[in-house]
Amino acid sequence: MAEPLLSVRNLKTYFYTDEGVVRAVDGLTYDLHKGETLGIVGESGCGKSVHALSVMRLIPTPPGKIVEGEILFEGKNLLKLPDEEMRHIRGNRIAMIFQEPMTSLNPVLTIGEQIAEAVILHQKVDKKAAWERAIEMLERVKMPEARERVRDYPHQFSGGMRQRVMIAMALSCNPSVLIADEPTTALDVTIQAQILELVKELQREFNMAVIIITHNLGVVAEMTDNVVVMYAGRPVEHTEVRRIFQDPKHPYTWGLLHSIPKLYERKERLIPIEGQPPSLIDLPPGCAFAPRCPFAMEICVREDPPDYQIQAGHSAKCYLYSQHATEEDKRVAAKAGLAVSTRSS
Amino acid sequence: MAGETILEVKNLVKYFPITKGFIFQRQVGAVKAVDDVSFSIRQGETLGLVGESGCGKTTTGRVILRLMEPTSGEASFEGRNIFKLSKEELRRMRRNMQIIFQDPYSSLNPRMTVGDIIGEPLEIHNLARGKEKVRRVQELLDVVGLSPYHANRYPHEFSGGQRQRIGIARALAVNPKLIICDEPVSALDVSIQAQVLNLLEELQKEFGLTYLFIAHDLSVVKHISDRIAVMYLGRIVEVAPTEELFANPQHPYTEALLSAVPIPDPGMRRQRIILPGDVPSPINPPKGCRFHTRCNYVQDRCRVNDQPLLDVGSGHYVACEVLPFKHQRSKAAVLKAPTS
Repeated sequence: MAEPLLSVRNLKTYFYTDEGVVRAVDGLTYDLHKGETLGIVGESGCGKSVHALSVMRLIPTPPGKIVEGEILFEGKNLLKLPDEEMRHIRGNRIAMIFQEPMTSLNPVLTIGEQIAEAVILHQKVDKKAAWERAIEMLERVKMPEARERVRDYPHQFSGGMRQRVMIAMALSCNPSVLIADEPTTALDVTIQAQILELVKELQREFNMAVIIITHNLGVVAEMTDNVVVMYAGRPVEHTEVRRIFQDPKHPYTWGLLHSIPKLYERKERLIPIEGQPPSLIDLPPGCAFAPRCPFAMEICVREDPPDYQIQAGHSAKCYLYSQHATEEDKRVAAKAGLAVSTRSS
Repeated sequence: MAGETILEVKNLVKYFPITKGFIFQRQVGAVKAVDDVSFSIRQGETLGLVGESGCGKTTTGRVILRLMEPTSGEASFEGRNIFKLSKEELRRMRRNMQIIFQDPYSSLNPRMTVGDIIGEPLEIHNLARGKEKVRRVQELLDVVGLSPYHANRYPHEFSGGQRQRIGIARALAVNPKLIICDEPVSALDVSIQAQVLNLLEELQKEFGLTYLFIAHDLSVVKHISDRIAVMYLGRIVEVAPTEELFANPQHPYTEALLSAVPIPDPGMRRQRIILPGDVPSPINPPKGCRFHTRCNYVQDRCRVNDQPLLDVGSGHYVACEVLPFKHQRSKAAVLKAPTS
């Protein structure tokens, strides 16, 4: 395979607070190729958004700090770049859209001014050309009557339209990577469908790589090629999207898939994951999921499992796939429905 | 499951006035949040009320409890019109009808202990005092899966899922017959949602509760409801038993809504219907069928005629004439065709 466009290696972002060290991202690794869509899934507080801010180098320091790891973009380590050079990449080569389109737009500037600002900052064009570019981008994101609405303020738009403005702004400089942090969480389903369709279309048109950060497994299934599942700051499973849904290997992924009600399946009872996510401040020494894991073994509470390669392109951070798991352990998991053996798929 | 009708809502209307002026306020318009909504719920049943934000589903729930006064209409609980009750009668009536709110962070008083929060309704309704109250609070905590010692703690010491359990215990304290669940799991993480949904189902079985379950998440509503009512811009556009609604949606809005939900199965291929535009403002809802501005099947008469709910059989009602007719024709075509 070709050289990855963006490569995150063992990223660790910690926050130093009065209560202790919050290990928000603790050892995240992935590759993103040209034109690929990567999904990063997890519940609130699992570190998925902090990871995005780390890639953009927008972590507030202090209290936050990227303590370890590399973020290679086209071979350059973003963490080693001087601020000036990073500014050329942020918003220009790597762009981001946020969850809440209302709070991420400036309420006292028209949307045209805001989009043009990004264009003037990154591309050597005059005001007039930038304004034209803003109108062009609004047309690209299918804003009706773009030429008139470019003079409107954010509060004059609905949630879905605001998200279109955010996307227009993010794409105005032709980025090669777009990071979408919960892009549709604040929107209604019919509007969500519009926005997801738009992102897909624009991705093809601009030949971008996209990272979608979400907690919605439906969005993951419809949008992504590969998926990283995160739990308590750590990546627990990483593979292509089909395998995540058809043959999940980590007990957390497996539990998550069983706990959601499905639209086209009849289930008498949901199987919830018992307990609740741990506090990131004093994580237990072992696997962060062990206290909630129905298959936890003795070693799981003592030591944090490494990544086990289950097959090409599928890894899970779980001792069930090591020699620590006895045949009996595997049988118990298999009986519950978690296919531990690799042959079964 | 299907018992007597416990709640009947008829032609419910709630407008919020828009006023202008500072001292001499005059009304210049109204937000038509709920505009002629009728439905009924039977004893022991769960009726799901779905719709997108601003469609009036929450207002409907609150007006039924008279947390807001209705503009007009009728809601009878076990045959008595709630809107005609005096203050004192209403207070007694509220023993039968309780609510669980969406946001477990803002719906619990941060200065009260959990024991006081759950015990308050017991005192208001003169159900228990002193030792008896403490015993009952502990029992309720146990029922919702918390520990008796949690009674002395404050809401901020709990996670979102646990707080929602406290809210449920508070609603259960007075042994209500009907609980209005207003988006009870939307604020919770996915892995916690299932815990709360299971709890609600267990409680329903154990205490024979009736639920009006308001939510925007279709998969959640589908899981928990026996019947579903779909709302759009202050109106109910379709009501049907759950399985029927999903297998055979008859309103163009329901059809689009169902197709818009992303399915967590990458192998599944569906025809997705993308609705154009946004929901119109409830201040000036479109004339005729309220959905006609975004409808893919729109015909001239839809822009003029307001469409009431039609009975299309097997408990299925729909406020559309165009699509059900189309479906019938295509069904007839399928029957003739020799395919499986």
